[in-house]
Amino acid sequence: MSNVILNVNGGMHTVDVDPSTPLLYILRNDLGLQGPRFGCGLGQCGLCTVIVGGVATRSCITPVSSVKGEITTLEGLAKGGKLHPLQQAWIDEQVPQCGFCQNGQIMTAKALLDKNPNPTDAQIREGMNRTLCRCMTYYRIQAAIKRAAKAMVADEPSHEAAATEVVA
Amino acid sequence: MRTFTNVPKQVEEMLEAGTTSRRTLLKSAGMLVVSFSAAGTGPLVPSANAQAPATAAGPYPDPDYKQLDSWIVIHADGTATFYVGKTDCGQGTGTGFRQLMSDELDIAFDKTTCIMGSTDITVDQGGSGGSTAMERDAWPMRRAAAEARRVLLEMASTRLGVPVDQLAVSAGVITAKADPSKQVTYGQLVGGKRFNVTLTGNNVNAATGVAQVKPVQDLKFTGQSPQRYDIPAKVDGSLKWAVDVKLPGMVHARNVKPPLAGAKLISIDESSVRSLPGFIKVVNKGNYVAVVCEREEQAINAARQLKANWEKPATAPFPSSEDLFKYMRDAMVTSRSNPVVVGNPDAAMTSAAKIVEADYEIPFQGHTAISPAHAMADPSNGQMTIYSNDMKSYGMRTGVAAFLGMPRDKVRVVWMEGPQGFGRTAADDAGCEAAYLAKEIGRPVRVQWMRNEETAWDTKAPAFAVKMRGGLDAAGNLVAYDFNAIAADYNHLGYNEPDTVLIAQLQGSRRARPAGGSAATPSEMYAIPHRRMTSQVVSMPLVWETPLRTGNLRDPNGPQSTFASESFIDELAAAAKADPLDFRMKLLTASTTDDSGFKRARSIAALKAVAELYGWDKRASPKPLATGDILTGRGIAYAFRGQTIAAEIAEVEVNRQTGHVWVKRLACAHDCGLIVNPEALRHTVECAMLHSLSRALHEEVQFDTEKVTSVDWNSHPTLTHSDAPAKIDVVLINGDPNPKRPDLPPYGGGETACKPMLAAVANAIYDATGVRLRRVPFRDARVLAALKAVRV
Repeated sequence: MSNVILNVNGGMHTVDVDPSTPLLYILRNDLGLQGPRFGCGLGQCGLCTVIVGGVATRSCITPVSSVKGEITTLEGLAKGGKLHPLQQAWIDEQVPQCGFCQNGQIMTAKALLDKNPNPTDAQIREGMNRTLCRCMTYYRIQAAIKRAAKAMVADEPSHEAAATEVVA
Repeated sequence: MRTFTNVPKQVEEMLEAGTTSRRTLLKSAGMLVVSFSAAGTGPLVPSANAQAPATAAGPYPDPDYKQLDSWIVIHADGTATFYVGKTDCGQGTGTGFRQLMSDELDIAFDKTTCIMGSTDITVDQGGSGGSTAMERDAWPMRRAAAEARRVLLEMASTRLGVPVDQLAVSAGVITAKADPSKQVTYGQLVGGKRFNVTLTGNNVNAATGVAQVKPVQDLKFTGQSPQRYDIPAKVDGSLKWAVDVKLPGMVHARNVKPPLAGAKLISIDESSVRSLPGFIKVVNKGNYVAVVCEREEQAINAARQLKANWEKPATAPFPSSEDLFKYMRDAMVTSRSNPVVVGNPDAAMTSAAKIVEADYEIPFQGHTAISPAHAMADPSNGQMTIYSNDMKSYGMRTGVAAFLGMPRDKVRVVWMEGPQGFGRTAADDAGCEAAYLAKEIGRPVRVQWMRNEETAWDTKAPAFAVKMRGGLDAAGNLVAYDFNAIAADYNHLGYNEPDTVLIAQLQGSRRARPAGGSAATPSEMYAIPHRRMTSQVVSMPLVWETPLRTGNLRDPNGPQSTFASESFIDELAAAAKADPLDFRMKLLTASTTDDSGFKRARSIAALKAVAELYGWDKRASPKPLATGDILTGRGIAYAFRGQTIAAEIAEVEVNRQTGHVWVKRLACAHDCGLIVNPEALRHTVECAMLHSLSRALHEEVQFDTEKVTSVDWNSHPTLTHSDAPAKIDVVLINGDPNPKRPDLPPYGGGETACKPMLAAVANAIYDATGVRLRRVPFRDARVLAALKAVRV
């Protein structure tokens, strides 16, 4: 056992655990977070995805001691009581069936849009491909990502300014 | 603060307290958590405002379905909580119940909440299964709500001194028609109080008051698409699922499964794990083995480290998956259904101008739920509470009580959200395991299967081998038809049976007469003058403790039988050089003396609707072989499940170089009678089609002669984002010959769209390539080999 310091959703936490413990179990069982979930323990399905230093990371195969960057979980996406545009798009498109995988879908999409704010259909398929859904909500997830991308571009002041310039 | 949906308030509070206590416990156990920041964002949807019978330390008698108070509670603020004995596996049934009950009660939809599936709080309606939510179980809910409205009007009549027939009611406010100043709200009449009204009916499905339900034309919320109330908490991370339950003093368990099917445990070397951190106990009875530790990752590690000796069975438990269908055709039949015979099929076949024959093969396909089985059981106070996503929570309660030898009223199941149901969580294994372990350990135990356990050992849809023969006359009319299915379905598992749940089997439980199993026959309404449909069941060599245990998987047996029957109709159409849609229409409009006119009229309406939706181009299949690497084609298929009909068209792109199939476009016409929530239904239909598309393209349980070898998402692939069609069109139709009938009933909407998809895709591949695939799944290598075999 040893002390590990984690920065999760803007808060600092110290946990005393076996350093090889996968991050997933610390987040769920010690920090009381429930966005990331166990699906396979093999890094294959994506249910456990969190964002570490901007990168979508499968917390079920990530030893807690290896985590260096700031961790964002699904619970940390909303700001000031306002949902992230992806979360809002998920509601607007009524994406989930059971919803069990949607943490992975939303967090993977977040990392995708952070890197590429305006992905093509092919880039969405490629970027999301290893994040599985057994209710098969893929069609709506892809629609929601496009909807969120539009909303995020519209919300971005610099983009608006650029658009105005072009029109002018 | 966390958000719950569907869960009684008392349980919310208890679990919230449990989370806090757990943190305290962690501190005292030396696992110091130094700080807690507000990680969550707080509830973004209102939690249920339940005012239910008190839940304490038990016992837990059954809620009485004959008491109106068991169904509906009106609060002083004019809101209402509906208590229903169902579970929502993600298709929005809870929202649908609220729509229907709000309509009958005459209360605003957004003033209502719904609690479901907790066995001590909600009446036993069996939980989910068979797409019965709207078709069967919404009826007593609607009648209870109508009765509540009637009783409230009587109360208002007394209070206001106005006869009932001179009162109007709208949105929970009752007003004297002649004097609008005379009004009273539901909250004022009964808020916080009991109705104390007794219902009648011999069983819960028949529960009714005096009031009648409204005609369809008077329903306001029904037919609208309010957003599903469960979704916001599922996307903001605040929902507490069954996997999230934490209780003071809880421990974690993991199973150790037999490494080979049918293996017998000889010995366990407990010293291999005794010194591991957090180790509590190895629990063993018969071939059931579990390791219990303080922390989850410790239990996972210890279960992997445990050394045990297993004896390989003397005979192979099953053939390898490559040899499955040969085995099935040669195997001894364990049961045979009564043949369905119309006319004289043998004579008609003999005199047919052309005979077409084909064999179809569908392997075992698993549920492979996105989350492995899991449950938490709490043995406090000599009772047993199981926190579970079992879609049939009531059955689990009865099953656990029998399994543990406890009185039913000492056992309760709190249903909470979980991964998709589709029949897997009705044959749940983890609930009995958690309860058994909790009794052994004397502390709350959370058990969860690992991925390889779930994929290898979950319940399977039976494999099918179907032989079909058809006879055409000289004009290309189908005059003789023979369907003969073999299903590997012996010892088909029921729901929450204490003697067949896997832990019971592993502990040595054997039923004298295993369930016989079944094989479905086609569901279409073609008027064929001479027809025979037969089916039989065969057994694998290993009957008990087998990972190839069969159970219900969404529309059990429907996709398998329909793959054969609707592919074969296309083969006959091709042999007759007829357009596949025309060929079907001709069979549906042929003159007949049977009494299937109602279903046949709706079949015609659905096929017409889907053809129009898609823009069907009339011609025989296959189309002339195109040049280039990508070959395109379209295929059609249709089926019934009960009274619900789905007609589907798939458009495919087949890559002739790689064998890869992409279903680029799907269209579906769906008729399930009265539609409660069109958008939720549309979503359900989309996903049901894609679920079967995954079965068509990817899914197969693979095994050697010792064990299942498809154990994760690499060895057992599933549909992915790149498989998603570019376009899905769903049209919801009402093909009832009397579409405006005031008593138009809702039929099940959760499964029918699964049924035609395998055949629709196979028919589209044939249209594109001229190659007929008769073996599921259509993985790249299989398709490529089939193309190469005929040099496409």
